[in-house]
Amino acid sequence: MTPPSGDEITTGFPVAGEPRFGTIDDVRQGLAGVDYLADEGIAGVVFLADRLAKPVLVEGPAGTGKTELAKSVAKLTGSRLIRLQCYEGLDESKALYEWNYKKQLLRIQAGSDEAWRDLEDDIFSEEFLLARPLLEAIRSTEPVVLLIDEVDRVELETEALLLEILSEYQVSIPELGTVRATRIPLVFLTSNNTRELSEALKRRCLYLHIDYPDLERERAIIETRVQGISQALADQIARIVRSIRTLELKKAPSVSETLDWARTLVVLGVESIDAEQARDTLHILLKYRSDIDRAAKELAGLTLDD
Amino acid sequence: MLDLLTGFIAELRAAGIPVSLSEHLDAAEALRHIPLEDREGLKYALGASLVKSSTHWRAYETAFEIYFSLRGPEYQIDDQGDEPNGEEPSASEQAGRGSGPGQGQGGAGGGAGMTPEELAELLYRALASSDPTIIQTVARQAVARYAGMEPGRPVGGTYYLYRTLRNLDLDGMLERLVDEARPGTGAGPTGTGGTGGGQALTTLEERLLRDELQTRVDRLKREIEDEIRRRLVADRGSEALAKSLRKPLPEDVDVMHATREELVALRKALQPLSRKLAVRLARKRRHGRKGPLDFRSTVRHSLSTGGVPVDPKFRYPRPAKPEIMVIADISGSVASFARFTLHLVHAISTQFSKVRSFVFIDGIDEVSRFFEHADDPADAVHRINTEADVIWVDGHSDYGHALGVFWERWGEEVTPRTSVLLLGDARNNYHASQSWVVKALHDRARHVYWLNPEPRAYWDSGDSIVGEYGVYCDEVIECRTLRQLERFVGELA
Repeated sequence: MTPPSGDEITTGFPVAGEPRFGTIDDVRQGLAGVDYLADEGIAGVVFLADRLAKPVLVEGPAGTGKTELAKSVAKLTGSRLIRLQCYEGLDESKALYEWNYKKQLLRIQAGSDEAWRDLEDDIFSEEFLLARPLLEAIRSTEPVVLLIDEVDRVELETEALLLEILSEYQVSIPELGTVRATRIPLVFLTSNNTRELSEALKRRCLYLHIDYPDLERERAIIETRVQGISQALADQIARIVRSIRTLELKKAPSVSETLDWARTLVVLGVESIDAEQARDTLHILLKYRSDIDRAAKELAGLTLDD
Repeated sequence: MLDLLTGFIAELRAAGIPVSLSEHLDAAEALRHIPLEDREGLKYALGASLVKSSTHWRAYETAFEIYFSLRGPEYQIDDQGDEPNGEEPSASEQAGRGSGPGQGQGGAGGGAGMTPEELAELLYRALASSDPTIIQTVARQAVARYAGMEPGRPVGGTYYLYRTLRNLDLDGMLERLVDEARPGTGAGPTGTGGTGGGQALTTLEERLLRDELQTRVDRLKREIEDEIRRRLVADRGSEALAKSLRKPLPEDVDVMHATREELVALRKALQPLSRKLAVRLARKRRHGRKGPLDFRSTVRHSLSTGGVPVDPKFRYPRPAKPEIMVIADISGSVASFARFTLHLVHAISTQFSKVRSFVFIDGIDEVSRFFEHADDPADAVHRINTEADVIWVDGHSDYGHALGVFWERWGEEVTPRTSVLLLGDARNNYHASQSWVVKALHDRARHVYWLNPEPRAYWDSGDSIVGEYGVYCDEVIECRTLRQLERFVGELA
């Protein structure tokens, strides 16, 4: 048994490794290859995140492809995606690591005649460590993309757990030493902006705000993501959705809702949308009664009672 | 390049965007990896490392356009230079002063080689197709022709923009395009707008077409703005211009003097703000407070430790939620401020046990009912503007009368649990102040606060009598920006 000393299990200071992408355009084309259409900003930030070895904090309205971005980058780089879903009450033992108490107890019972000193060294070894997503991402020898989803849901104090990982790519375990990343993973944090994240966290990240796509991009997204859709229909959908977004609604339609709507229309065999059909299927796009009423009225001069 | 970056960051800080040293280093590092000729890429790369909030993006963009604007001879303010006699700024300035800005360049602008008719035709083509290069050309031509820019003037360019747009008559152009897409003309100007073919456009199609054109017009406006800015930078240099163009962040905009565009931005900022505030308050309420010691429970639990109270138990805290009465002046001068406050207070109404709102100009009316059934505070605020009965005589603010009526009709309902918020600039048009009402409110209510959207320096000047009311309030608070408003409401709950 080796005694746990500080740098025993680290493999030197983490290196960024070979850059994953050559140019910004490579990123964009690569992402397009896995059906994620990035704009200039998104591709640029992903490129930079790789080069600077910095995490990316992605903010934006719900359903604009924040989580999808991380998934697509994982697919593009052939990495494993490790996901940590945040929620209120998340703590160290769920996010970082935990000792496997039951196994430790068994070990103590099994070796009751051993010297305590040896036993102690033994039960605080890696064998008894349960890696949670963050530690797993750091320890992994294969390339990984770490996605920390909805980071705004954890309490302000819990954010501090992330800081060490995000800036140094290491996890300190008091009994064991410091675990450093062998290869710096690409890290994405997403936030729905329900609260202000701490300065400390923001400072460590590159910031990317993903907004609703513009017309051309949305049309392209619809065409790649929805199978069997005609160009004319995709165009029409994109234009209607853009119109709806200019209205003052409680919840503007997201990209994922647009895609749902497009799929529905394809299933229904619609070739080109008229006011009737738009009105009848609006509930896929909008989730509030008042929004649906308003959109129907604005778009087609119709109320639902016609 | 690093010097430029340092200057740029100084400008960002001056505009109110917090940039830390480590972010500065990141930006410098980013420069090494981004090819400099990729201007868009550069913009996003610097943005990603420097700007950490989406509301700051606009301010960042403006600063970026100024510091990293395209430069070159073609952006000189040169239209006067085409005149054979004038080649020095002094000469052109004379021309500008002498003949009035507009006409001064009327002939000279022809150096760009286009008559107004040609330009209008080009504009029409630019809008009818969505080709960005034509739009750019139009923007350049229009600025050269109409903006009448004069070198060396310390202005921010808003006036040039206004003058260019006025001459272009974009609204008229928009109508013309929509008209042409209507029956008869067949294929619409946008390949897809004409799916209706020869038939009349349905409402839906017309709406889509309009939106499409509107987007193009907006793009053109942006181009024109950029063009003007580029010329200004070429003329006066980045730093001088940045100062005159600096835009306040949405949360720092003075609500009373906000432009229409800023108001839209404010309204957008308000929604996430109220959500965040509600989340924060709810958390504050749940955590960090312990009720008084629960003696019974402590003794009960001490049994397991042999009667030693190791683990004291506390009662579940039930912090009292305050009751709020908002009395807001909604006369012209302070209307938008009142709207924002009402919106915010009602958006977090779950944090109060009761919210009642009253609005007045010279008459007063209760508007709580509008908020009760509305899903969206914005709707309710809109209804207040149209439906509330707030005019008594002439529709000029009369605080005295409004407060008097309030006391008569609702004074009984103010209880020691109520916090009263009075909103307004207290510009009373020299009517009687009736400040005894505020005194009576103060005696009865828990707190009385006065929120004044005017800068402190203007208080008690002219017909403002905020001081007279202020002596009876717990506090009179200057509340000009969303940031100040948010802080106040957060402390209230």
